[in-house]
Amino acid sequence: MPKDGGIGASSKRREDARFLTGTGNYTDDINLHGQAYVHFLRSDVAHGKINGIDTSGAEAMPGVIRIFTGKDFESAGSIPCGWQVTDRFGEPMKEPRHPILAEGKVRHVGDPIAAIVAETREQARDAAEAIELDIEDLPAVIDMKAALEDGSTKVHDDLSDNLCFDWGFVEENKQAVDDAIKSAAHVTTLELINNRLVPNAMEPRVAVGDFNRGTGEHTLYTTSQNPHVIRLLMGAFVLNIPEHKLRVVAPDVGGGFGSKIYHYAEEAFCTYAARELNRPVKWTCSRSEAFLSDAQARDHVTKIELALDADNNFTAVRTETYANMGAYLSTFAPSIPTWLHGTLMAGNYKTPLIYVNVKAVFTNTVPVDAYRGAGRPEATYQLERVIDKAARELGLDPIALRRQNFVTEFPYATPVAVEYDSGDFHRLMDKLESRADFNGFAARRAASEKNGKLRGLGINCFIEACGIAPSHLVGQLGARAGLYESATVRVNATGGITVMTGSHSHGQGHETVFPQVVADMIGIDESMIEIEHGDTANTPMGMGTYGSRSIAVGGSAMVRATEKIINKARKIAAHLMEASEADIELKDGQFSVAGTDKSVAWGDVTLAAYVPHNYPLEEIEPGLEETAFYDPNNFTYPAGAYACEVEVDPDTGKVTIERFTTADDFGNVINPMIVDGQVHGGLVQGIGQALLENCSYDADGQLLSASYMDYAMPRADDVPFFSVDHSNGTACTHNPLGVKGCGEAGAIGSSPTVVNAVVDALQSGGIKLDHVDMPVTPGRVWQAIQSAK
Amino acid sequence: MYAFDIERPTTLADAVKLLAASDENQALGGGQTLIPTLKQRLAMPEVLVSLTAIDEIKGISEDDEGRLCIGAATTHAEVAAGAGKYPALAALAGNIGDPAVRNRGTIGGSLANNDPSACYPAAALGSGAIIVTNTREIAADDYFEGMFATVLDEGEIITEVKFPVPEKAAYMKFEQPASRFALVGAFVAKYADGVRVAVTGASEEGVFRWSEAEAALGSNFSPDAIERLSLSGDGMISDLHGSGEYRAHLVGVMTKRAVAAAG
Repeated sequence: MPKDGGIGASSKRREDARFLTGTGNYTDDINLHGQAYVHFLRSDVAHGKINGIDTSGAEAMPGVIRIFTGKDFESAGSIPCGWQVTDRFGEPMKEPRHPILAEGKVRHVGDPIAAIVAETREQARDAAEAIELDIEDLPAVIDMKAALEDGSTKVHDDLSDNLCFDWGFVEENKQAVDDAIKSAAHVTTLELINNRLVPNAMEPRVAVGDFNRGTGEHTLYTTSQNPHVIRLLMGAFVLNIPEHKLRVVAPDVGGGFGSKIYHYAEEAFCTYAARELNRPVKWTCSRSEAFLSDAQARDHVTKIELALDADNNFTAVRTETYANMGAYLSTFAPSIPTWLHGTLMAGNYKTPLIYVNVKAVFTNTVPVDAYRGAGRPEATYQLERVIDKAARELGLDPIALRRQNFVTEFPYATPVAVEYDSGDFHRLMDKLESRADFNGFAARRAASEKNGKLRGLGINCFIEACGIAPSHLVGQLGARAGLYESATVRVNATGGITVMTGSHSHGQGHETVFPQVVADMIGIDESMIEIEHGDTANTPMGMGTYGSRSIAVGGSAMVRATEKIINKARKIAAHLMEASEADIELKDGQFSVAGTDKSVAWGDVTLAAYVPHNYPLEEIEPGLEETAFYDPNNFTYPAGAYACEVEVDPDTGKVTIERFTTADDFGNVINPMIVDGQVHGGLVQGIGQALLENCSYDADGQLLSASYMDYAMPRADDVPFFSVDHSNGTACTHNPLGVKGCGEAGAIGSSPTVVNAVVDALQSGGIKLDHVDMPVTPGRVWQAIQSAK
Repeated sequence: MYAFDIERPTTLADAVKLLAASDENQALGGGQTLIPTLKQRLAMPEVLVSLTAIDEIKGISEDDEGRLCIGAATTHAEVAAGAGKYPALAALAGNIGDPAVRNRGTIGGSLANNDPSACYPAAALGSGAIIVTNTREIAADDYFEGMFATVLDEGEIITEVKFPVPEKAAYMKFEQPASRFALVGAFVAKYADGVRVAVTGASEEGVFRWSEAEAALGSNFSPDAIERLSLSGDGMISDLHGSGEYRAHLVGVMTKRAVAAAG
C-alpha cells in the first residue's frame, strides 16, 4: 500500500503550484528601486592582446552611468578556485589569476572586457557598441594535445606552459599496473572522447547587487545553487567584504545542473558596482551570452586499457586522460577530472590495480567545471565502453563478464581510495534482466531487421560517490572548503515548523521532501512544515546543493536537529504529565506515558515551550528551536544497472531509442515519485550527451554550436517512455536516513548504455566498428558505416 | 533590438507605399526569422511594415485552372488545416517548426526569406508554383537565386502563391537535430506532364531541382527508378551536422522515401 504521507510517500510537489502558475520569485523577478543595468562587452576573439579600450564615446551616450574595465579591478582578488590539486611530482597545480574583467589579454570568446552600467539595458547595449577596442589577435589554442606541444602559444603568459597539472592516481601503483598490463592474458584498449557540453539550465543566470549606505551592508541576489559558498568566496577572496556585511540570496532558481555552483565574475561585478554607484545594479544573462559565459562541461580525451587474466578476471585498469580546463580555473574545475573521476575507476568491479593519469590543460575556451555527474560520468563511460569491447573481443556475454567481476562483499575498499559501504550489484542486474525482457530481444531485433533497421542492446553498470561530503576526506584531497550541511528546525508555538536548511533547491523538490522526513519523525502532517532555503540572512551556514548531497547530508542535518527537538519536547511532555522522561513515548504527534492513558498532543507541548507557565525552567530553556551540522564519515554510493535498446537506420544513420530500463540502488527512498522524476531528467541529459549535444569550437576558438539552432537539446520526442525502478535498495550504512542520493544517476548511467547499444546494433549489421564518439549523430553514424565498409 | 517603428497597414497599396518610402523600411511577415535577427541586433530597420493585417493577401482558394491559391500572409497552421486539396502541401506546412512557429510564420515570409533549409521553397519549386507579387507573376523555376536570395526587388511584396495540384506528391524531411529545419528535404510531385523533384537543405545554392531523378521517375514512378542515381557531395552544405557527402546521400534516401510515400 502506498503511504499517504511521510517517508516513502509520493507526496505531490508543493512548489509546483507556484512554478507552474507563474508565481515563483526568480532572481530576474527582483527589481529594486533605482536599479541600473549592466551589459558586459565580451570578447569576440578567442585570444588577443588588449592594446587599448577607448570608452570616451560610449561614456557620452544617453543613459550611461559608468563604464568599468579591468583597470578598475586590479586591486580586487582573483575569482578563486576552491580546490587545489597536487600533481604527480608533489607540486601544486598552476593557478592563474582570473580577473573580474579582462586584464591585458582576452582568453576566450565571451571573456568580459568592459561593463557598461546605464539607466536601461538597451542603453547599456548601445553604449557597448560605441566602445573602441584595440585588440591584437593572437593564435588561439583549442586542441588540448596541441596546447601541450613545445612552442604552443600560452593561454597565460606568466605560466611556463598550458599544463595546469599532471596528476597520477594512485601514483604508487603505477609500476604494478604497468607490470600487470604487460603480463596480462588479454588487454583491451579504447580511445574515446567525452564530449564537451553546454549546461543550459532553463533559467539563465541573473545577478542583482545592492548596497545600503546607511548600514554598509551588501546584498547580492543571484541564481546560485549555494549562496553561502558565494558569500564566502566572493566576500573573503574577491571583494574583501566580511560575511556579516554581505547577504547572498538565491531565491527560486530554475535549474543548475552544476553550472550555478560557481562564483562568477558577474556576481562580483554587480556587488561591487552597487557600492561604487550607490545604486542597485542588475545583470540578466541572455541565452546567447550563457553559451559563452556559463562554465561548460566534460571535455575529456581518454585512452583506457583493461587487462584480464586467462579466466577473464579484470587484473588492471590504466587510463590517460586529457581534461580541458578552458581559459581559467572555475570554482571546482580541478576536482572533476581528478577526485570525482579517478576515485570511481574501479566501478562495480574488484579490479585490484588501477592507475589514472590526468593532464589538465588550459585552452582558449570557456572554463569547464562540474555538470550533473561531474567526473563520474566520464569514469563510467570509459570503463563500461572498454568492458563492452573486451567482451566482444573475447567472445563473452557482456553481462556475464560484468557479473564475474562484480564486487560482492561490503564494505569494499577499492584500490582508488574510496570504500563502498553497501550495495548489491547482482541483485540490480537480476532486476534489470527480468524487467528489460532480454529474452524478448531476439524477436524485437528480428522485427526491426524486417523494417530495414539494425537493433542493438546496450548494458551498463555504474557506481557513484555521492552525498558529497566528508570534510576530513575532501580536505585531504585538496578541497578548500568543508562539505558538511546544516539545518535549523524552528517549532512555532502552535506546533507548525519552519526548517531552515543550508541545502538549496533549484527544481529538486526539497520543499516537499524535507517536510516528509520531519513529519514522519514527529507523526504530524507534512503541511505543518515549511522549508526555507537560499538566503544567508536566515539559514545556517550550509554548502548548498550538488553531488546528490541534499537528502544524504542536508537531510541528515535536519534529522539530527529534529532529534534534538524531540528530545526537548519529550522533557516538556514529561513535565506536563508529571511523569518520568524515560516513560514518554511519541507516536502520531501524541506524547504519552507508557502503560497509562495519559497523553499530551504535540501542539500542547509546543505551546508550553513558548508560554512556559507550567514549565521545568530550572532544567531547560523555553522555546523549541535547534540547529544541527552534519558531516558524515563517508560518501554514499548509489549504483545502478541500465539497459537500452536502439534502432539504427543504416540509410540515414539516425539512432532511435526504443526502450530504456533502469535498476537503481539509491538506498532508502523518501519520495518515489520525485526520485522517478530525477531519474527521468538524468536519463534525458545523458541521452542528450550521447546522441545530440555537441559543444564544438572551430580552430580559431569560435563556438560553432552557440545557439539552439546548432546545439541540439533533447526534446520529449527524442526519448522513449522510461521504465525505472529503485525499489528495495541497500540502505546507506552511515547516515540516519539510509539514503544515497539520486540526482545524478540517470546522467551518469545513460550515456554509456546508449553508445553500447549503438555499437551492438552496428555490429549486428556486420559493421565491424568498436566505437563511435558522442554525440552519436546521424551524420557520424553514417560516416562511420561508410568508413567501416 | 535597436529601436524601430512599426506600421500595420490593412491594404496592400498602403504596404507598398510604406515600403517605398525609405530603403531602411522592411517588410515583416510572421517574423520567425526577422524577429530573432532583430534581437541579435543584426538588422536595423527604421520602420517595420507588418503584412499580417492585410486581409486581401490571406486565405486559401482555388482558381479556374484548379490551382490552389494561398495568400502570402496565410500562416503555416492555416495551410496545414486548409490545404486539404493538396495533402502533401498541407502535411509539409503542418510539420514546419513547432506550433508557435506555425501560428505566426507565413508562406510569403518563408519564400521571401528563402532560407536554404526551409521547407516551403521545396514545395514551391517541386510544384512548379507561381509566385504572385504586387507587380508580377514569377514562375518558381525563375524565382530562387541561391541562399537567402530571390528575384524579388526592393519593396516588392509577395501576395499569393498558386500551386498546380499534382496527381500525387509527398515531402520527406530529414531534420537537423538542433534546429529541426531540413538537413535534407525532398519534395516529389507527379503531374500529368512529368515529375518534379525539389530538394532543400542540401545545396550551398539553396533549393534545387534534381533533374536526373525527375527524368527517371517520369518513366517509372517508383523508388527503384532512382536506386542507382547519386549526387556528388561537391557544392553541398558541409557543417557540424553532416558532410556534403552525407547530405548528397540523404538526398537519394529522402527522394526515394518521398516517392514511396506518394504511392
